[in-house]
Amino acid sequence: MKVTLKLFASLGAFLPEGAERNMIDLDVPEGTTIRALLDRHNVPPQSCHLVLLNGVFQPVGVRPHVALKPGDALAVWPPVAGG
Amino acid sequence: MGWARKILRVNLTTGTVKVEPLNMDWASKYLGQRGLATKYFVEEVDPKVDPLGPENKMIMATGPLTGTAASTAGRYSVITKGALTNAIACSNSGGYFGAELKFAGWDMIIFEGKAPKPVYVTVFDDVCEIHDASDIWGTSVWHTDEWIKTKHQDPMMHISAIGVSGEKQVLYSCIVNDLHRAAGRSGVGAVMGSKNLKAVAVRGTGGVKVKDGRAFLKAATAGKKVLQENAVTGAGLPTYGTQVLMNVINEAGAMPTRNHRQVQFEGAHAISAEAMATPRKSDGQPNLLTNQACFGCTIACGRISKIDEKHFTIQNKPQYWKASGGLEYEAAWALGSNTGVDDLETLTYVNFVCNEQGMDPISFGATVSAAMELYELGLLTKEHTGGIDLKFGSAEALAKCVELTGTGEGFGKELGLGSLRLCTKYGRPDLSMSVKGQEFPAYDSRGIQGMGLTYATSNRGACHLRSYTVSSEILGIPEKTDPLTTDGKPALVKAFQDATAAVDSTGLCVFTTFAWTLNDIAPQVDAACDGANWTPEYMMEVGERIWNMERVFNNRAGFTHKDDNLPPRLVAEPAETGPAKGLVNGLATMLPEYYQLRGWTQEGVPTNETLSRLSL
Repeated sequence: MKVTLKLFASLGAFLPEGAERNMIDLDVPEGTTIRALLDRHNVPPQSCHLVLLNGVFQPVGVRPHVALKPGDALAVWPPVAGG
Repeated sequence: MGWARKILRVNLTTGTVKVEPLNMDWASKYLGQRGLATKYFVEEVDPKVDPLGPENKMIMATGPLTGTAASTAGRYSVITKGALTNAIACSNSGGYFGAELKFAGWDMIIFEGKAPKPVYVTVFDDVCEIHDASDIWGTSVWHTDEWIKTKHQDPMMHISAIGVSGEKQVLYSCIVNDLHRAAGRSGVGAVMGSKNLKAVAVRGTGGVKVKDGRAFLKAATAGKKVLQENAVTGAGLPTYGTQVLMNVINEAGAMPTRNHRQVQFEGAHAISAEAMATPRKSDGQPNLLTNQACFGCTIACGRISKIDEKHFTIQNKPQYWKASGGLEYEAAWALGSNTGVDDLETLTYVNFVCNEQGMDPISFGATVSAAMELYELGLLTKEHTGGIDLKFGSAEALAKCVELTGTGEGFGKELGLGSLRLCTKYGRPDLSMSVKGQEFPAYDSRGIQGMGLTYATSNRGACHLRSYTVSSEILGIPEKTDPLTTDGKPALVKAFQDATAAVDSTGLCVFTTFAWTLNDIAPQVDAACDGANWTPEYMMEVGERIWNMERVFNNRAGFTHKDDNLPPRLVAEPAETGPAKGLVNGLATMLPEYYQLRGWTQEGVPTNETLSRLSL
């Protein structure tokens, strides 16, 4: 199934070749979880501070269990802030 | 200690300067900067005063920690009645001006009256003088800064000045110091212009005494360690600046777009922190050159940018070819997604002009976006705009608007009214995205519910810096709350408002609170200041006292609970996309609980019991 992975700020370095504008569309197996997708791209768990699935925050505890659905967009940041 | 314990009172009408001792009884109750200067202001100024009349006063105030070795201790604030809002105004700025004023030996300068002709003021340690400004009236902030330093042969001076927009009383004019740091909001620059005061230049050669030097250095060093080891203040902010929020807020579906008609902008990435750091296709250079720190700051979130010299906005304009203050998130949003313009170079140029002429880019951008909607509806035409095709997404139109508004010419005079007066003039006040006349900052309150209450109850009109619940609702600092619910938000907003009022009165930057709590700040204040036992609990009490003092001033100025409101768009038109799809802001649910928590009547008036409890 197709999902979109978006890695921002310093995590952009973990995006695979072909990514543009900090995002890439990927083919992943059914049942792939948030954590599994991030592990596949070697994104360190301790750097994944802000994890938004279709814009909605996913706490650390659910990331190994929430399975992605076709068309989902997963966006991840390290600790950042602004104002 | 901490305080210099003396203030300057400059009467511009008579051209006289007086030295007064600082009221230490007030200092023990209101701390400094925002709190203490507002106390002076409300004691001396009729709340119903015309903001642009000579009876209004303007105070430039430091905090007790300003100029000390604490991290970020370079802040100063301008307190007055706002030209844009008719409410209490307090605009806070970094750079080096505040610390220099403290080094010269002053806690604050109170400006009264109106000079009969344009003047500027110099403060060299104990010597304060008023000078003829006719040679620099009608020129920009940048020219004024260079001219004064040359005239006085002192490149070490630090200068706060207005541009032509402040002179022409563009209602959201700001006061710019150190070329690109600004006391930005509520039109404090228009007030300065109304007094015929072009600039204040300071040079100090003294230091700042603290109560217990050893304890202070220990507390300040501990505080710096916390900032350094925190991932946000130690790495995220210095590397990416506030602009890193562009993609965050867009993904969260709270990005105000095209005058808040949408909550997500398709061009967000092109104007984000990530884009600023990426080499341009046109010349292979990135927009962002480096970061920059204000006085004493160990975070360094400031951006320094350089525009491609071949870009249409600056061809044949060498004054903009140099590196200067780059886009912060608030400017990038207001000038970008809110106008539908996704050209980073144009936004940087417009931001440069806002700094050069002294305008708040939030209110300017939001006013242009409101004008774009009026234009789309046919209520504004090319006849009104002087031929500008004011379509959403037009970089050319945006660039032309900033040039005209910065110098108060042509259609720029209309834009200089701010969005509420402009939209009212053309029959659609509902299209002004503002509270108490001040335009919203960069968070759509349908997607971040607490920010709706923050904006509605902000004492200086819509503002994110009075209660930045985004920190909790989106960023998870200090703990994550759900941005889509109103539950718990009244208490969250009150806590943020009171704590922020206290921090704004210290001389420290509020950005420290991404890592610090009052448990980190209070020991630094307590080691520096006598007059009270400065515990975190007492600082919260001071913050609550300041908030209520500001509220009472506004109520006496004529504001009521009816002004604690949001535009119809945010409470009646549901968000169309993103996590908040189908939601409006739940202000009506939050407001009664907020009043109750504050100890106010349901008409938004502090009860006698509340005022008594806070010694007001």
